[in-house]
Amino acid sequence: MATTAVLRPQLRTSYRQERSALASRAGRTRLAVVAGLFLALPYLVGDYSLDLVNLVAVAAVASIGVNILTGYAGQLSVGHAAFAAVGAYGAVNLVGRAGLPLWAAVVVAALIAGCASLVFGLVAVRIRGLYLAIATLAAQFVIVWVLNHWEWVTGGTQVAASIPAERIGPIDTGTVQGRYYLIVGFLLICVVFAANLLRSRCGRAFVAIRDHSLAAAGSGISVFRYTLLAFFVSSCYAGLAGALFAVNAGAITPEFFPLSLSISYIAMIIIGGVGTIAGGIWGAAFVTLLPVFLRDGLPVLGIELTSELVANLQLVLFGAAILVFLVAEPGGLVQLARRLRDRVARWPYRTPAPDAYLLDGNERGSR
Amino acid sequence: MNVLPQLLLNGVILGALYALISVGFVLVVKGSGVINLAQGELVLLGGYVTAWLLGERGLPAVVAVPAAMLLMAAAGLVVERVVVRPLENQSMLALLMATLALATILQGLVPIIFGSEPRSIPSPFNAAPVSVAGLQVPRVNVWSMGIALAFIALVAVFFATTRYGLAMRAASDHRLAAQSLGIRIRRVNAIAWAIAGAAAAFGGFAWGSVLGVDAGLALVGIFVFPVVILGGIDSLAGVVVGGLVVGIAESLATWYVDPLVGGGFGLVAPLLLLIVVLLVRPYGLFGRHEIGRV
Repeated sequence: MATTAVLRPQLRTSYRQERSALASRAGRTRLAVVAGLFLALPYLVGDYSLDLVNLVAVAAVASIGVNILTGYAGQLSVGHAAFAAVGAYGAVNLVGRAGLPLWAAVVVAALIAGCASLVFGLVAVRIRGLYLAIATLAAQFVIVWVLNHWEWVTGGTQVAASIPAERIGPIDTGTVQGRYYLIVGFLLICVVFAANLLRSRCGRAFVAIRDHSLAAAGSGISVFRYTLLAFFVSSCYAGLAGALFAVNAGAITPEFFPLSLSISYIAMIIIGGVGTIAGGIWGAAFVTLLPVFLRDGLPVLGIELTSELVANLQLVLFGAAILVFLVAEPGGLVQLARRLRDRVARWPYRTPAPDAYLLDGNERGSR
Repeated sequence: MNVLPQLLLNGVILGALYALISVGFVLVVKGSGVINLAQGELVLLGGYVTAWLLGERGLPAVVAVPAAMLLMAAAGLVVERVVVRPLENQSMLALLMATLALATILQGLVPIIFGSEPRSIPSPFNAAPVSVAGLQVPRVNVWSMGIALAFIALVAVFFATTRYGLAMRAASDHRLAAQSLGIRIRRVNAIAWAIAGAAAAFGGFAWGSVLGVDAGLALVGIFVFPVVILGGIDSLAGVVVGGLVVGIAESLATWYVDPLVGGGFGLVAPLLLLIVVLLVRPYGLFGRHEIGRV
């Protein structure tokens, strides 16, 4: 039964514990460690590594968003790259034309992306089934086409739209360190927001819809409203990721947001762990760093490949990784890590950890 | 000069070819209920296999095209075995994502196997265009359209009259009931994927003759969705009608609207059509009315 993403037996003795975000001491310790690491990291690693951290964080924002939709509400979107593009161009124009400060532009751009996604979501979500996947496929191409042709917004094809560096208090987005604090700061806000959304009424409604939409409707959950809400929030995350991408890259063109980016967001959550927030981050790290490893790591190992072969190999590896995780470990890297930890903690006993059938088909008969 | 008849004719030819690749998609939906996001990539693979047999092996088309269809049917069986069957008890969502993984793998694998330089499919027909009611049409297009419609008719007959056709219809109606009546669901799935592979091979040949074979060929797979949504996601008759409408819409949009808004509207028009159909008639023209509101 797919109920929650809690994979270990966790004994809770009060509703207060059940509802609290940081029920355990370990959780509070982890929070302190993360906060300390967040502030200290730019002083610990070089510019290149920090740049990679920024890329991972941008991808993680998007994949947490995809996970809200797919891992919790049980719908699939293959148009999130296009919503990210809306966010990116929204931020560029809000800074460049409306003169908004950068942090505000990024937030408003995310909301614009969410609203743009509703055009497609409203049509598809009211139909039972996985029609959102097909509607968002259309969204991917329609939006990128519109961006390519709407010169007022994008400056026309083949022209990069740029976002100037800005000082926000002590943060200067002209430097890697400044961008790090902006981007990873937003990532942390996203994590907290998602955690709170998902442990509240909304999150439980999403999971109920995913597990059995008819039963959810019978329990008084408006399937339409909550699925649409999940899609909206998820697209806002994609839009935020796009806006942060624009800040990080400095200049963008519509070619940065192809269908393959949408697919790699999905790869991130499957590899990292469907239905967990940490899974989105781990998956984003894996999918972002694999190309870096193939580019920089293979020559060190003495394997020389042409860049074209590496690009194609990368596609094959992503696809294969999605398949392998779907079949062998549907809980992704997060579940794999938990399994390993349980194995170590229980050694020499081999008590099997409870499995998480996050993608289990409860509506099997209707296939 | 009045271009409308020519545009309509071009649209009909395009539409028949869209219908051809959509047949594979519909069969997989009917046979195993899987929404296959990798149909375009199967067409890409089919195009390369056909180009390889025709070009490098130098086989005559009469041999090469059926051979390509056989090879691709085998590829369809492999897909069923490797991608679909391990997930047979999982949710539709997992299967949908698995077909996305398949699409990604094929996008990388095809250039690794066949190289990335574009290939042409040597046309087995003579180059002189056919004249239909005063309109000029390339001969290869007419042949492609004819064979596409014949293939669809063949599949429809298979579906309506043979035991396996009946088994597939039963399986798509109710898996559990079909299984308890002794229908081998796995074999039914396998046959659906094999036919989807064969259809992709032929689609690759037909599209490859028109567009040439390169990575862009996978893009025709996008048009499968407007076609099947318009026609009804599990209807063979709907595929033909949906294909024709989408083909004509693309042809008209490219001629009349492109100059107004800039290039590429031909691709967008069918997708906008898809959204409108989802809005007003989500089960399409011929689909079963089972699709419900949430």
